[in-house]
Amino acid sequence: MSETTVYVPRDATALSLGAEDVAAAIAAEAGRRGESIRLVRNGSRGMFWIEPLVEVDVKGTRVAYGPVAGKDVARLFDAGFLAGGRHRLRLGPVEEIPYLKKQERLTFARVGVTDPLSIDDYRAHGGFRGLEKALGMAPGDVVQAVADSGLRGRGGAAFPTGIKWKTAADAPAGQKYVVCNADEGDSGTFADRMLIEGDPYCLIEGMTIAGLAVGATQGYVYLRIEYPHAQRVLEAAITQASRQGWLGGNIHGSGQSFHLHLRMAAGAYICGEETSMLESLEGKRGQIRYKPPLPAIKGLFGQPTVINNVITFASVPIILDRGAAFYAGHGAGRSRGTCTFQLAGNVKHGGLVEKAFGITLRELIDDYGGGTANGRPVRAVQVGGPLGAYIAPSQFDTALDYEAFAKIGGMIGHGGLVVFDDRVDMAAQARYAMEFCAIESCGKCTPCRIGSVRGVEVIDRIRAGIEREKNVVLLRDLCRTMLDGSLCALGGMAPFPVLSALDHFSEDFDKPPRRAAGRAARAVS
Amino acid sequence: MKVKPRTLAAPVALPPHDPGADLKPEIRDAVLDVSGRLGRLPGALLPVLHGVQQTLGYIPSESVGLIANRLNLSRAEVHGVISFYHFFRTEKPGERVIYLCRAEACQANGCAALETHAKKRLGVDYHQTTADGRYTLEPVYCLGNCACGPSLMIDGELHSRVTAKRFDRLLGIGAAAKESTS
Ligand SMILES: Cc1cc2nc3c(=O)[nH]c(=O)nc-3n(C[C@H](O)[C@H](O)[C@H](O)COP(=O)(O)O)c2cc1C
Ligand code: SF4
Ligand code: FES
Repeated sequence: MSETTVYVPRDATALSLGAEDVAAAIAAEAGRRGESIRLVRNGSRGMFWIEPLVEVDVKGTRVAYGPVAGKDVARLFDAGFLAGGRHRLRLGPVEEIPYLKKQERLTFARVGVTDPLSIDDYRAHGGFRGLEKALGMAPGDVVQAVADSGLRGRGGAAFPTGIKWKTAADAPAGQKYVVCNADEGDSGTFADRMLIEGDPYCLIEGMTIAGLAVGATQGYVYLRIEYPHAQRVLEAAITQASRQGWLGGNIHGSGQSFHLHLRMAAGAYICGEETSMLESLEGKRGQIRYKPPLPAIKGLFGQPTVINNVITFASVPIILDRGAAFYAGHGAGRSRGTCTFQLAGNVKHGGLVEKAFGITLRELIDDYGGGTANGRPVRAVQVGGPLGAYIAPSQFDTALDYEAFAKIGGMIGHGGLVVFDDRVDMAAQARYAMEFCAIESCGKCTPCRIGSVRGVEVIDRIRAGIEREKNVVLLRDLCRTMLDGSLCALGGMAPFPVLSALDHFSEDFDKPPRRAAGRAARAVS
Repeated sequence: MKVKPRTLAAPVALPPHDPGADLKPEIRDAVLDVSGRLGRLPGALLPVLHGVQQTLGYIPSESVGLIANRLNLSRAEVHGVISFYHFFRTEKPGERVIYLCRAEACQANGCAALETHAKKRLGVDYHQTTADGRYTLEPVYCLGNCACGPSLMIDGELHSRVTAKRFDRLLGIGAAAKESTS
């Protein structure tokens, strides 16, 4: 009898929902019944409400079942799921699930599809084609292709990647570096994690192309310590890629070299800021450096360094493979290509949605997200992480492209959307924004270090009803000082969530704090 | 004027300085082993601190001198780095460290109540260890599991949609411990 391929994700979120039990149960049950299966531990498709999502290859079509629990497995076998049989958990061909079907998966084309650590599988799905092309091109042409694609940094600042690479390429130096920012500190984001766990060679390929383009032979990935699963996958992938000649002293027989090292962060949000990250990689406290000099000119160990986010690097292979025009053919305005949006918080259909820029918040939250998980009305969405503004439903028709979104005071950042229902206390959220800034401040400048502590106190007074109007004025004034007087975006942008809460949800500052714990208790029980 | 030739006193033989001499053997061995393996990496301090914490569960304050010595750094530099990063700790933690996410996406799913429950159940605040030495509670600001909160990580394993009941079951404490685990 021929072997049936069954996919059970090994993505951290899928595991947290019981995927390991499911995989073990499937293997055991197949053994008991004498069925011959090949169990592949793929990445996640990014539809977390149906994880653990099991897929069965039925004559070339991948049929999905989910969410599967270990105890469902025997009955799935009874129902003939290995041949795509009917069962209440059957979702049909996975690619036909509207959430996935409507997406434009360029960067995430392989995530959830392939065996993350199989180089053969990677190549069978288009992997390393971009690198092979880059190896045959002049470095300047590689930089030009990235520039022509319109790719901008996906880590937060949206800086044109081609310009950054050109600066580093033009800088004369003995040793240059490529550094990947995988610190993914923003709440509501998990795209970097999913990509590393689900398609690590894509990141390796993108970084290697960057190395060739700018003349860097050493690369570092700075990975969040909170991501042990991603750490294991990336360690294994670097070892495999080196063994098979895709990293190291002679990349794919070209005579070119690129060595990649993995470094773990240590739980400081500020180390996601690029200069702080460089300090950390050098073994120091993660304090912000003054710019200039730009890292592209004087970065790691004082040498020219290209720093990009995981998703930025992972978008490069397809740009080289399919051409700059193909990538630039997606998007809106000056935001070219796709964005890997992440639907998080209180949302019914949480997960990863890769779409061309230009989609509206409403489409993402209603059409993809399906509203809140508990069916209550959406009251606010924080976009772009802890430094991003809270957006009110009246603004949901704004298109998500960098410039259009900036016009309403928002920031797409790393593409995270955190949905809150109508029980949210926006004064409490504003307080948290200040508290987070106080906890994570690197301490270099006063408006951030002290201002954030004062911010918490002032909000506490407002919530306690002490000279409310006067303190609201004071809070706005304090925000102004932080906006104007901070060296980096932590202190310089922490006021955004605070001000947006004041502007759009002022009623929450006018009444005594609701008992957050009590309300939330009802939410979790 | 006649200058008297100066005679120098014979140097006192100082014992070779060994900043690790007073350390407990397991601490000394851990530092020497980790610094021996990782100490020559460029910017080695973070990898070395991670290595020590992984081996011992923490970075004992008294080991700072030896770490500094092995890496050719000052004690102040090493101490400064340890104290900067939330992840590094200088106190021995409980047998199991519970990392509870308290960032926005988990707030939207009610992590405040879980936090209250966890503190009450364990009888500790954040950064503290239970009296019996079994658990240490730490806040964490996002585990990359933001669509399925409240999230927590324990023993390197991630858990989703953690209710008060599930929390007790995971830890095997309280009434829920007697119920079946699923
Ligand atoms: C406080 C702060 C935290 C940041 N955190 C991250 C992060 O976790 N990941 C990331 O890629 N960029 C982060 N950034 C942005 C980086 O400084 C930098 O712009 C980015 O890594 C450059 O890569 P890109 O051009 O590909 O986006 C952060 C910036 C600030 C100010
Ligand atoms: S704004 Fe805050 S985090 Fe940024 S450099 Fe100043 S003190 Fe450091
Ligand atoms: S906010 Fe809790 S896991 Fe991301």
